[in-house]
Amino acid sequence: MYVSLNWLKQYVDIDNITPEELAEKITRSGIEVESIERVAPESTNVVVGYVESCEQHPNADKLNLCQINVGTETYQIICGAPNIAQGQKIAAALPGARLPGGVKIKKAKLRGVESHGMVCSLQELGIDEKFVPKDVTDGIFVFPEDTEVGTPVAELLNLDDVILELGLTPNRADAMSMLGVAYEVAAILGKEVKQPEETYQTSDSKAADLVSVKVEDGELNPYYGGFVIEDVTIGASPLWMRNYLMAAGIRPINNVVDITNYVLLVYGQPLHAFDYDKVATKEIVVRSAKQGEKIQTLDDQERTLKGDEIVITNGNEPIALAGVMGGANSEVSDDTKTVLLEAAYFEARAIRRSSKHHNLRSEASARYEKGIDPNRVQRAGAYAARLLAEYAGGKIAQGIVAFDELDREEKQVKIDTASVNNRLGTTISDEEIASILTKLQFGFEKDNSQFTVFVPTRRGDISLFEDMLEEIARIYGYDNIPYTLPEGEASAGKLTTKQYLKRQLKQYLQGAGLMETITYSLTSKARTEMLVSPDVKEETVYPVALKMPMSEEHSHLRLSIIPELVDILSYNVARKQENLGYFEFGRVFLSKEEQISEQPTETARLAGALTGAWMEQPWQQEKKPVDFYVAKGIVEGIFAQLDLEPVFQQAQVDGYHPGRTATVSLNGKVVGVVGQLHPTVQKAFDLKETYVFDLDIAYLMDQYEEVPSFRTIPRHPSVTRDIALVVDEAAYAGDIQRTIQEAGGDLVQQVQIFDVYQGEHMEAGKKSIAYTVLYQDPTRTLTDEEVEASYNNIIENVKAKHDAELRS
Amino acid sequence: MREKLEALQAEAIEKVQLADNLQSLQDVRVAYLGKKGPITEVLRGMGKLSPEERPVIGELANKVREAIATALDNKKNLLEEAALNEQLQQEAIDVTLPGRPVKAGGPHLLTSIIEEVEDLFLGMGFEIKEGPEVETDYFNFEALNLPQDHPARDMQDSFYVTDHLLLRTQTSPVQARTMREYDGNKAIKMICPGIVYRRDTDDATHSHQFTQIEGLLVDKNVRMSDLKGVLLEFSRKLFGADREIRLRPSFFPFTEPSVEVDVTCKVCDGKGCNVCKHTGWIEILGAGMVHSNVLRMSGYDPEEYSGFAFGMGVERIAMLKYGVDDIRHFYTNDVRFLSQYHKA
Ligand SMILES: [Zn+2]
Repeated sequence: MYVSLNWLKQYVDIDNITPEELAEKITRSGIEVESIERVAPESTNVVVGYVESCEQHPNADKLNLCQINVGTETYQIICGAPNIAQGQKIAAALPGARLPGGVKIKKAKLRGVESHGMVCSLQELGIDEKFVPKDVTDGIFVFPEDTEVGTPVAELLNLDDVILELGLTPNRADAMSMLGVAYEVAAILGKEVKQPEETYQTSDSKAADLVSVKVEDGELNPYYGGFVIEDVTIGASPLWMRNYLMAAGIRPINNVVDITNYVLLVYGQPLHAFDYDKVATKEIVVRSAKQGEKIQTLDDQERTLKGDEIVITNGNEPIALAGVMGGANSEVSDDTKTVLLEAAYFEARAIRRSSKHHNLRSEASARYEKGIDPNRVQRAGAYAARLLAEYAGGKIAQGIVAFDELDREEKQVKIDTASVNNRLGTTISDEEIASILTKLQFGFEKDNSQFTVFVPTRRGDISLFEDMLEEIARIYGYDNIPYTLPEGEASAGKLTTKQYLKRQLKQYLQGAGLMETITYSLTSKARTEMLVSPDVKEETVYPVALKMPMSEEHSHLRLSIIPELVDILSYNVARKQENLGYFEFGRVFLSKEEQISEQPTETARLAGALTGAWMEQPWQQEKKPVDFYVAKGIVEGIFAQLDLEPVFQQAQVDGYHPGRTATVSLNGKVVGVVGQLHPTVQKAFDLKETYVFDLDIAYLMDQYEEVPSFRTIPRHPSVTRDIALVVDEAAYAGDIQRTIQEAGGDLVQQVQIFDVYQGEHMEAGKKSIAYTVLYQDPTRTLTDEEVEASYNNIIENVKAKHDAELRS
Repeated sequence: MREKLEALQAEAIEKVQLADNLQSLQDVRVAYLGKKGPITEVLRGMGKLSPEERPVIGELANKVREAIATALDNKKNLLEEAALNEQLQQEAIDVTLPGRPVKAGGPHLLTSIIEEVEDLFLGMGFEIKEGPEVETDYFNFEALNLPQDHPARDMQDSFYVTDHLLLRTQTSPVQARTMREYDGNKAIKMICPGIVYRRDTDDATHSHQFTQIEGLLVDKNVRMSDLKGVLLEFSRKLFGADREIRLRPSFFPFTEPSVEVDVTCKVCDGKGCNVCKHTGWIEILGAGMVHSNVLRMSGYDPEEYSGFAFGMGVERIAMLKYGVDDIRHFYTNDVRFLSQYHKA
């Protein structure tokens, strides 16, 4: 909402306060002032001039040589505007003048002839082109004939005005009008509100003889009033009115339309002017639209109605989309003689639906859909009728033809001083509350500390105790509320185990050299189909699709973090950052239904991606590229943080290198994957060797035992045995390790691989793996016999299960 | 015999002086003090001496032995020191060559802010709650006093998944869910950090995905002054001990009264600058007293309980605190951006 301060002055006294101070006060007490702007801060020395003569420039077809009288002197000015003519009153910028945008006017020679100034268009005077009346956008502005020559243009065009832009929250629909803003300012400054003069003279005609009104649904349209104004002459509206409309951001059109817009801005009450003669049936019927019915609105769009809009009809066909926009078939035009003026109250929700359906927002719908003041409907109509008589020469017929079931009652809200203070933490007195209510111009009855407030109908947002509480608080001033701390029981906040683990795991990964990322959850459909961990795909899952995505890239919720991480690697590598390690602790969204109907499962995943050198020290010629075992080591570290033991098994996973990928399992359940990206995927993302891991961290954290059982610190010596085996080169070291562990029995505390060898002195197709087995019993010293027995059992088992031979 | 011993001492000490490494020194030790050495031999021949001479010669033999041993030890120390010095010299390296890099990872800047805010509120006795990102229309809007057709639904254009499921536009549904969970008869002190989504085109100041932290305190007799007190403490801890806050009236369907909260600009110390648009204040969060409709819908009796709620955008806080100029940086994950904030 744009508020012209020159206009606001008509309704409330703001003479003794600067625009900046006023803006600050308005902002601090309820409505944010988003900007303070001067209409045209820089134009000086521009006055009204009379075009005494206007002839073609001797050396240029498109230029005119004009003699302009500005009262004291006559200036020769060359002007290129097509619409300049002898006898006009125009805006003349004289030598020394400054125009908005820093243009300085000087004497100049144009094609050999002297020019002492410039004739200005409205745009050149600083008015935004979109608000300039259409007939003068391509030329100079012509003042009314009775304008006095020599008058400074700034005054006439309201260029010295200051405009406040208000950022209105949806509850403050009352401030979508000059009067509403006046009430707000009056409450803040402790002033009165001056009301417009709404009385008018009527002619001998009776409105009821000229038109009838019928409303089918009094709930959707509780009031419909028709005024008839005859004998109007369409022309320009007065300059002051055009100025205010432009200041408010509305383009002037003609006197009738301008008056309805002007009154809408004053009262916040939308009005509509029909050309009475085009409503051939002389009747108005307000009803719900029929499905498929058509109307051409004033913006020249043909609209097919859905059926739940309210339409104004002539009894046969729609002539307006109620509360939103008029119809072309009843539009006021240059030869309109009689105006049928509508002042109506439409129910907010109906207008909101209608405007949303047709994606059509107007000044009218913006106000209706937030709720208007039932007590201003007729007043606004009366004021507009008065202005039509005054500025369009109209004669007002007697009476208003109306349908009226409108509730105009004021709501009552009870408050008491103690409750106000208890909720705010203040010590406001009864008298202060009374004074605040008076400033707000809210009626009330006071019984000691009990107040019954009669809320004016302009404040449709107030109906509850806390609504009143807010009114009192904001006028009392939030700065005056003290600082206290809650009195409730003091409690110590604490992270839950999972929140703690999440932090712990992130710290571990950072310590391991990985950088944390946060990526978008919304991704493309194609990305939901790639690099999904096998544990996620164990059951059929579908990605969640948006109904109306803004773009293909962000149309589905992700099933995997890996594609996003890989994308980030690719982005960074393209920027010459080649050694990268990333992790993300984030959610994926899994739906069991192809057409989702219930909330999907949201589950936390911990994923990582690495590429380039893991360690690099150029002068020592050390460069260790990331490999499978780096990624696996990190995964093992994650499990260690949770006190869990993962099992890795070679696996074929879509998008992964078939020979360098393992599923990760816990207690026989697959919980994730670690491996190299398939070379074709790497190539698609312009990446070199890239390793990733992706774990169901939600499940893993569930398995974490909060208080691990105490383990005795061993006091008795341990015994180690080394076992070197020759096995087939395709055998998995981890499988053999598990066999050793199991066959060794309870005394085996640890099995470690200390050497893997293949090559010289080794039979082709074979490799050797050497393990150290550590035996220990924390309660006693072991005997040679029992270690020997375990060792023998191990050898027997690895021979049998893995076709292993002892390396001699 | 006495002469012989004295000659041995002189001879041995001379050889000690001549020894130039530990091995030759050890040879001297074995030669003179060993079991087959001349002194042992002398002592062995003592039996032939008279009883008067025996103790005299014995004492002398011991003295000679001691003298030789002392000379040997001294010389050994000298030689060892020289050897060590030589080794140290050989081991010298160029300490100006670069060290071997240890990879340093680090948290995302948003995580740092979230954890900082979490820790501040944990310290004030709040717990941390989470909730689903694909939310029902009921919890995202209706339970928060935003019925169908409410004009404020315009404020947050949302991504719908079905007619009644959407990507949450705020973390407030977690508050509604927590109130349910607490059954209308327990005090609540919680914050809920999380990802939210709005139908915005990504640009320098808008992001279709962003992060919020909201807080809720419900108890008997909670006052607006308590909200001011808690937010002042929070703002000072996060932005500096000398910060002030101010409240401006605003509108959120969830709260009434509703306010926006500004903190004094740290760039200009409240004097006015470009960062604060010459107001001296910077908006950091929205807050208010929980609306009675919300309390009632979640099972709390507004006659008995009251509460306050607040919410902030984590990206905005990060941008203010660290001067980040484009919200997209948080999601591009350029390593050169991420690693800027890991030094602290
Ligand atoms: Zn500043």
